[in-house]
Amino acid sequence: MILLDLVTAVCLIAAAFFFLGGTVGVLRFPDSLSRLHALTKADNLGLGLVVLGLVFQASSFLVAAKLVLVWVLALVASATGANLIASSVADPSRRTAGSE
Amino acid sequence: METLLDLLLAAGLVLVAVRAIHAPALFTAVVLYIAFGLLLSLVWVRLGAADLALAEAAIGAGVTGALLLETAAQLGFGKERPMALRGIPLLVLTALPVAGAVGVATFALAGETAGLKETVLARLQESGVEHPVTAVLLNFRGYDTWLEVIVLLAAVLGVRAITGSAARPGIGPASAPLPRSVAVVLPLAIVMGGYLLWRGTTAPGGAFQAGAVLGSAGILYLLVLRPTIELPRGVLFGASAGLGAIAFLVVGMAGLALEGEFLEYPTSAAGLLILLIELAVAISTAAALIFLFLGARPSVREERSA
Repeated sequence: MILLDLVTAVCLIAAAFFFLGGTVGVLRFPDSLSRLHALTKADNLGLGLVVLGLVFQASSFLVAAKLVLVWVLALVASATGANLIASSVADPSRRTAGSE
Repeated sequence: METLLDLLLAAGLVLVAVRAIHAPALFTAVVLYIAFGLLLSLVWVRLGAADLALAEAAIGAGVTGALLLETAAQLGFGKERPMALRGIPLLVLTALPVAGAVGVATFALAGETAGLKETVLARLQESGVEHPVTAVLLNFRGYDTWLEVIVLLAAVLGVRAITGSAARPGIGPASAPLPRSVAVVLPLAIVMGGYLLWRGTTAPGGAFQAGAVLGSAGILYLLVLRPTIELPRGVLFGASAGLGAIAFLVVGMAGLALEGEFLEYPTSAAGLLILLIELAVAISTAAALIFLFLGARPSVREERSA
């Protein structure tokens, strides 16, 4: 069990590193597309590592499956949102909300 | 360690709230408001109120956030906010007395009390459900919940009266991944809504949370997968928006006739009646959120003339 705890700890610390990196990127990168890159890459990897770390602590297969589902749904939402923001940056006429 | 986490959460909540009030642009303020809602739902989790956390995340941060984003988009994202809302002295002047009064009231309370917890738990068996929060909302204090459902209905009727029932434009082929993602998420959201509704009888969950998830699914479907948004009108509109209030009323009157008290359920049928009311309220909540969100979009005709 101590080994599992160790794996979890390593995953969570690595996750914190990616979240920190992504946040610094969002704050420091100069333009929208680079900031988006920092946010999606680091967020997805960070959340994935959090989920991976927690899977080793899960009491049953069902709990582990639910954790992974959370990650997959976040990936779908993040990829879609990033694509919408990116296409809005690339071509302002495609902005959808409010049809300005 | 746990105290540290709670302190960080509380400090973050205050910080985000102040930033939201002081944000110079509407868009920033709305995004900070959504972040505030998500932090608040974490606080509810820490306080052991999972029902409130679910409701705050789904309705407070989720659907209300989307509603405010839509409003900000129509007003113009970068629009400067009135200066009056941003002045620090005004904020402090208004917040301090309120915070003081709440503080005084809190400390005036008699220490640790169980509140009505014991009473609720003692009579939980008669309520027809196993989750105390659901027992209070749908049985012991059903009258309050019925009135809340009516408030929501009144809001929908108000929006409908102003915006009309003409078709609205969908957002069209905004990007390739969006319709595909929605098609993946929709079935999951519907299952999740049904699960939350069913789970409400034994654990945190219930009609409002289920309605928020189903309503979000409906908004996504109509907005992304339909070329134009035809909102239900006439009888269908009335039935979907009013179902919760009507079901509550019918069950309540049946209780008055059979048990001699409005909203008094016979103990043997209480569980089934509560589930029926919750199903109706979930459908109405979903419909209400759809009407509130999509009803606020400018209709096709307005857009052509503009």
